[in-house]
Amino acid sequence: MPLTQHHVVPSETPMQNNTASVSKQSVTQAAQAVLAESAERGGGVQMFGIDKIYAGSTTKALDNFNLEIKPGEMVVLLGGSGCGKSTALRSLAGLEDIQHGRILVGGQDMTSVPANKRGMAMVFQAYSLFPHMSALENVEFGLEIRGIGRAERKRVAMEKLELVGLSDQAGKYTQQMSGGQQQRVALARALAINPRVLLLDEPLSALDAKVRVQLRDEIRRIQLEAGTTTVFVTHDQEEALAVADRIGVMHHGRIEQIADPTTLYRRPTTEYVATFIGLSNKIPGSSNGTEAEVFGHRVPLLDGSASGAAVNVLVRPENIILRAQASDTPGARAHVMMIHFLGSLVRVDTIVDHSGIPVTVQMPASELPTGLRNGSVVTLEPLPIPALAA
Amino acid sequence: MAVNTTSASHTPRAATRQAGAPPQLRAIRVHQQRIIKTVILTVTSLFLGIPPLSMLIFTLRHPLSGRWSLDPWKAIFTADGSALGADLSTLWSGLGISLGLCMATVVIMLLLLVPVMVIAHIRSKRLERIIEWVATLPLTIPAIVLVVGLGPIYRWLSTDVLSSNPIWLCFAYAILVMPYAFRALTVGLNSIDVLTLCETARSLGASWARVFFRVLLPNLWQSMLSASFISISVVLGEYTVASLLGRMNLQVALYQLGQSNSQISTAMSLLALLFGVLLLVSIDLISGAMRRSKENNQPCL
Ligand SMILES: Nc1ncnc2c1ncn2[C@@H]1O[C@H](COP(=O)(O)OP(=O)(O)O)[C@@H](O)[C@H]1O
Ligand SMILES: [Mg+2]
Repeated sequence: MPLTQHHVVPSETPMQNNTASVSKQSVTQAAQAVLAESAERGGGVQMFGIDKIYAGSTTKALDNFNLEIKPGEMVVLLGGSGCGKSTALRSLAGLEDIQHGRILVGGQDMTSVPANKRGMAMVFQAYSLFPHMSALENVEFGLEIRGIGRAERKRVAMEKLELVGLSDQAGKYTQQMSGGQQQRVALARALAINPRVLLLDEPLSALDAKVRVQLRDEIRRIQLEAGTTTVFVTHDQEEALAVADRIGVMHHGRIEQIADPTTLYRRPTTEYVATFIGLSNKIPGSSNGTEAEVFGHRVPLLDGSASGAAVNVLVRPENIILRAQASDTPGARAHVMMIHFLGSLVRVDTIVDHSGIPVTVQMPASELPTGLRNGSVVTLEPLPIPALAA
Repeated sequence: MAVNTTSASHTPRAATRQAGAPPQLRAIRVHQQRIIKTVILTVTSLFLGIPPLSMLIFTLRHPLSGRWSLDPWKAIFTADGSALGADLSTLWSGLGISLGLCMATVVIMLLLLVPVMVIAHIRSKRLERIIEWVATLPLTIPAIVLVVGLGPIYRWLSTDVLSSNPIWLCFAYAILVMPYAFRALTVGLNSIDVLTLCETARSLGASWARVFFRVLLPNLWQSMLSASFISISVVLGEYTVASLLGRMNLQVALYQLGQSNSQISTAMSLLALLFGVLLLVSIDLISGAMRRSKENNQPCL
């Protein structure tokens, strides 16, 4: 079954619901508001043709990796474990030597600049606070390096601690703080130096679910306020969709597709992206490159689709109509295997007769045909919404 | 100390295991265990305690006349052995040399091991294993064999490069203390996430020097202190290498003094032993105090 992801955000007619579009809008406004300032600091990032092979390894951790980030933008690198997300981030930070390629920040060539001169700040998954320093001293660290006086240092550090909601924990040491608090301090410490690029490597992965969501939204709020160009690495698509201006889906050491969340969901360019973001049914059909025939219906195809007599068309569960038995229109006869109620939505797992292809259909709960239960016979029809053939 | 911790962790486990047993039976078992523990503790204390105790008695009671006196101790603390017909000048020079050797060895050991171990820890697990193997070698090679190799080197060192001053034993001693110092430093390195701390500091703008002095050393000083103390106690007790290479140090001086006045020599040995024990205990106290100071600051959430 290609349906690997089970808690997928975009299912409810993705990105169109109100909250998403509101935050989208404020993103754009905020991004524009800070554009000038960021441009001044030279916040844009360009990474060209980066190759990285680790010593003792034969495969490329990064394989002709390209990434462009606009000043003040938050780009999320998303992908499964081992696809090279951290390597990309660490290369940008200067923590890894790269074999090939160029890195520019604000038009300035950074390729051979050592990590401590790049003016970036990294937040790791965990264990990054200096254990011998209090929260306040941790946040002051980068300022101290920059030769900022004691009083000013303290003022800025307290301001950043306040920003992350920890001004009352300034005197605490690592082992006296919860994981979430530690990550907040790490974030404050990174923000204190007003970095050209803020780098976050799975900053929330070690936290429990509730704190993760809370801090994730806070990171986004703070990032928008400060207008800091940010690269956020995660393997969690929900997290990615929640915070990103754009998401770069990584696979085998390169970005397969980079786009805003809506585009990524609606117009995936590769099978990997289509199945990684949200759910996709893999339905055999025939394609001429622009149109496919699926269950006797014509489905328009997205750019980059394969053509041929035997292709897989990747159809979203909400783009398939499920009719109860009595139906004369063409479609596939299928049996209901399982019905999942997801609150306002219902997801129905079916198996197509004869071919045995599993197809999942999703619809608003109100549209579920009455009397439908496991074993019911149904007809499946794809909607004429652009899909990808692979 | 070791006995205490094992028995402390043992009791609750034993109690839960026997929770189901009838009370009388349980009481008997607890009683049995207490007896076993007491026996082990007693045997160990006797084993460790009798030699120093015998030494102490030996220093207080003259072996021939059987007369009890504090004279050997007086001789040491007044630095005047003439009353007992002993010349203590060798002892003082031996002590001085050994103290000098302690310092030199600790400095060499720290300068050598800390940077190398940190770099290996960051850079490569393989390199770290090789270093561990090398650092453990001196334990497996008997001192006599070591001297066979060191002999020619020291002959060359003393004639052509340096002098025959015993302080140059510090190079050989740096090798001898390596296994112990290595262990102590490894504990420190493993107690923090060295790589993440370094990379965080680097990305925040710190030069390597600053990373080392401002981030790593403050987190490693405790284990460096342990490594130093262990090294000092090894150096203070070293006899074989110095003696076979014909150099003077505390133990060699004690041996020589033992030929003329064994009571003073034994008293001095006891003092050296006591000093070593104090060093090791203080390591424990320091780390205990650090742990407690952290615990006292627990957040009141
Ligand atoms: N220090 C290293 N030495 C050798 N191989 C490494 C090292 N770090 C990562 N790799 C390899 O490089 C690839 C990408 O790793 P990474 O960037 O950490 O992936 P991700 O962060 O996406 O999980 C993986 O195949 C991983 O095994
Ligand atoms: Mg990673």
